[in-house]
Amino acid sequence: MNSIRVFFIGGYLAYRALFNWIHWSMYIPTMLGGPLFQILFFAYIGRYAKLRSDEFFVVGNAVEMSALGGIFGMALTIGGERWTQTLSAILATPANRLALFLGRALPNIANGIIVSTFGFVVGWLLLDFSLAPSEIPAIALVVVVSSFACTSFGMVVGSIGLRARDVFFLANLVIFIFLLFCGVNVPFDSLPGWAQAFGRVLPLTHGIDAARQIAAGASLGHVSGLVWTEAGIGCCYAALAYGLFRFFEASSRRAATLETI
Amino acid sequence: MRRVFRLFWTGWLFNVKNLTLSSFFILSTVVLPVFYATIAYYMFRTGGRPGSLLYVSLGAGMMGIWSSTLFGAGGLIQWQRWQGTLEYVIGVPTRLIFVVLPMTIATASIGLYSVTTTLLWGWLFFDVPFHIVHPLWFALAIPSAVLTLGLMGLVLASTFILARNANSLSNLLEYPVWLVTGLLIGISLLPGWTRPISWVLAPTWGIRGIREAALGGDPGMAIGVCLALGAVYLVIGHFTLQHFERLARERATLALA
Repeated sequence: MNSIRVFFIGGYLAYRALFNWIHWSMYIPTMLGGPLFQILFFAYIGRYAKLRSDEFFVVGNAVEMSALGGIFGMALTIGGERWTQTLSAILATPANRLALFLGRALPNIANGIIVSTFGFVVGWLLLDFSLAPSEIPAIALVVVVSSFACTSFGMVVGSIGLRARDVFFLANLVIFIFLLFCGVNVPFDSLPGWAQAFGRVLPLTHGIDAARQIAAGASLGHVSGLVWTEAGIGCCYAALAYGLFRFFEASSRRAATLETI
Repeated sequence: MRRVFRLFWTGWLFNVKNLTLSSFFILSTVVLPVFYATIAYYMFRTGGRPGSLLYVSLGAGMMGIWSSTLFGAGGLIQWQRWQGTLEYVIGVPTRLIFVVLPMTIATASIGLYSVTTTLLWGWLFFDVPFHIVHPLWFALAIPSAVLTLGLMGLVLASTFILARNANSLSNLLEYPVWLVTGLLIGISLLPGWTRPISWVLAPTWGIRGIREAALGGDPGMAIGVCLALGAVYLVIGHFTLQHFERLARERATLALA
């Protein structure tokens, strides 16, 4: 029972306290305004370079936008404990570590879904993009799974933030790695082989592919393999992140470097 | 006059060194432009539009100059506040504009890292030929663009201070300026109402001058307009900075972060 409380209430409180982009004056320009122009920017480059239709860019960027909440959110809500000097108080409690850790992911997954949905709506309003009503539930499922996978990767970033000096450098870098290697704006098969191999082990790649196929008329059953792969990648990163979290906790206790900044 | 130049040189050099040691600015001016340039190279290579990848390299480099100006100059006064140095900056007998101007030009100057990196990256990994049609014009176009963006930074520095969170404004304005000023696309592709906006933004004329010098054309007019726009920014920045200083003194809000 206590673990459930830590998972839900602890996660919610951590999000309120540490996700310092939550105020509308930061949230709207950063989480909505920036991504809105990101979609327009790449869609117009696509038009200029005569690469693909607007749909290609709207779907790619809208799904990718779920990473903003997942990566930066987790960097702030896990790594942020160190900066606010509250990490030792948290780790001194006997609370279930898994509940403590995963509870922080839930609000960030929800945020990723909101931002991604905003991206689709903006694409529909401003660009040459539309979805058939029957495609929306399948796309929504892909967004949820992709947001989970990105947040899991964000947990890895957040865990590294318990040790690394500058977690935001890493978080920013990860967003751009996703932009380049996950086929967000460049057709995945036009990337070099090594880049494709790297992209396949990242979150988003399979999610974006699935979402594009659904938008082109494929059924959910047709892309279920991609969706399961995306979910599997998310689970692997969540497990890796939890392992890192416990490892850094143990080694920081040993070396008394819990809050060394 | 000599004192002003010495102050400018010292302030510029100090801030270039300071920003060069910041991981955030190295990320914005060296690492991220390389990512954007790579994405753009693949987009243009895969797409059906014929044209020089040097066009992309130069555009991606200018994107880095805009990013460093936007984040560096936009957050300049806020950072001085956080570091507790704003009182000294304003308290010294030298006029505020002579202290702030080298800082904003330094933020634009480190954007030169972007141009260098994207050109080198393109040449090394994408076989982008570095053949400049008008080398002398090119040598003039680059510092003109940097100077004008630095002067635009003066306006940003003195107006963003009114916003509660300058970082969020910077996050918002990065992509739209890249888009509207045609750093990677032709402006004619955009809706007509965006045209007047692009005319008053320095990167439009900066990149036009650089591209026409590098790829062929008549860069003289673009460079001239770019420098004239810089003079307008200087006048606006002078008044907005004065206004900010007066307000901060009147309301005793100088050190309030």
